[in-house]
Amino acid sequence: MVRVVLPFHLRTLARVTGEVELDVQAPVTQRTVVDAIEAAYPMLRGTIRDHQTRQRRPLVRFFACQEDISYDPPDTPLPEAIASGKEPLLIVGALAGG
Amino acid sequence: MTAIRVLVGTRKGAFLLTSDGKRDKWKVDGPYFAGWEIYHMKGSPADPSRIFASQTSSWFGQIIQRSSDGGKTWETPGGGPEEAQGGVARGESNKFVYDGSAETGKPITTHKWYDGTQHPWDFKRVWHLEPSLDDPNTVYAGVEDAAMFRSTNGGQTWQELAGLRAAKGDLWQPGAGGLGLHTILLDPTNKNRMYIAISAAGAFRTDDAGKTWTPINNGLKSLYQLPDPDADVGHCVHRIAMHPSRPDVLYMQKHWDVMRTDDAGTMWHEVSGNLPTDFGFPIDVHAHEPETIYVVPITSDSLHYPPEGKLRVYRSRSGGNEWEALTNGLPQKDCYANVLRDAMCVDKLDPCGIYFGTTGGQVYVSPDGGDSWKPIVHDLPAVLSVEVQVI
Repeated sequence: MVRVVLPFHLRTLARVTGEVELDVQAPVTQRTVVDAIEAAYPMLRGTIRDHQTRQRRPLVRFFACQEDISYDPPDTPLPEAIASGKEPLLIVGALAGG
Repeated sequence: MTAIRVLVGTRKGAFLLTSDGKRDKWKVDGPYFAGWEIYHMKGSPADPSRIFASQTSSWFGQIIQRSSDGGKTWETPGGGPEEAQGGVARGESNKFVYDGSAETGKPITTHKWYDGTQHPWDFKRVWHLEPSLDDPNTVYAGVEDAAMFRSTNGGQTWQELAGLRAAKGDLWQPGAGGLGLHTILLDPTNKNRMYIAISAAGAFRTDDAGKTWTPINNGLKSLYQLPDPDADVGHCVHRIAMHPSRPDVLYMQKHWDVMRTDDAGTMWHEVSGNLPTDFGFPIDVHAHEPETIYVVPITSDSLHYPPEGKLRVYRSRSGGNEWEALTNGLPQKDCYANVLRDAMCVDKLDPCGIYFGTTGGQVYVSPDGGDSWKPIVHDLPAVLSVEVQVI
């Protein structure tokens, strides 16, 4: 199972607390993980990536194993620690403000 | 027993204010959708328990929320996993895709940008939701970049009324606040007729239920804002209001100037009269007196606060030109809050109640048509919209 930590506002929207666990078929990538999130929580469609372009929203970031992988191509395999569930994938709202 | 429910959208969530018909003592519930911008909430005239809300975020985009129990509980229409079976569209209540199909007339796909070049339409948020007058499952959405969408399944899916952008959309240009469709008026006597307004494009009318649209900006003058002050499109209309008994008579608060038309927008004429300034955002009509209208004058387009720090609603009982300041209960010194375009409304009780919210977080009520005012709440986040239901 892949573990994902959603940002506060998306946890509220999805009505979940803590991490979510998702059954993601290999290869485990940004795209397949977000596909799994959207299948399990349809109310999150359009909030992580744009409905039409499928591009990551500009102020949403992906962190894996202490690395910002937001700029990686969406079909790049995620680290084994993420794919195996040892470490969670963090989806975060970017810092903003003064 | 009559009850009042005021729907308040703010920069940081939604609030429901409830009272009885006296409109004296109030209960405040919220915040709902805490931390999100709630651009607009409105109840269905056909089913007051059904309320739609536009929830937006710079991080996570657009969300449509719907309540079927008067705001006690909310859902994203078609967003729950329980609807996975049966072919029901899931997770598409926030999917606003501009229609470029050949079937609907190959609408214009670019509008004028700040640098004068053409720029693709880019969906940002829903500014205004207007439920149908007689069908609780039909609702219209005015969006930025300016376009109009319709849902006929309670907000689960949306289709653009793309003919609007064919009304010289290539000439529309965003103002500083964005290219937003903020006003939707439905003619209660003619289901095919609707009016909308866009900043900064102007006012438009359809007579065929949204298939085709006509700019209705004759008589508007935008000195120092447009190179041709009498241009067909490009005027910064801030708000339009209608009394349901006279749907051909419209009142407009433009960027500058308060305007009126008596022929469904064929020609407008100015009715600013003795207002201390004719810049402002909201305008509304008394529920039982079609010639009684309300505006909130704001100093100027450079100074978005009331003149002299005095928060004054102005009322005309003659359909414009002759205005009186309403000050009883409103702060008459040191007030520098603004009142935004969707933040004023009237109820249908007798005497008519008037409501407005400020960017300072106050929501005021007048239970007597504007003669006296009192704050319902003082310290909400900046108020973006105020609507009222009599239930």
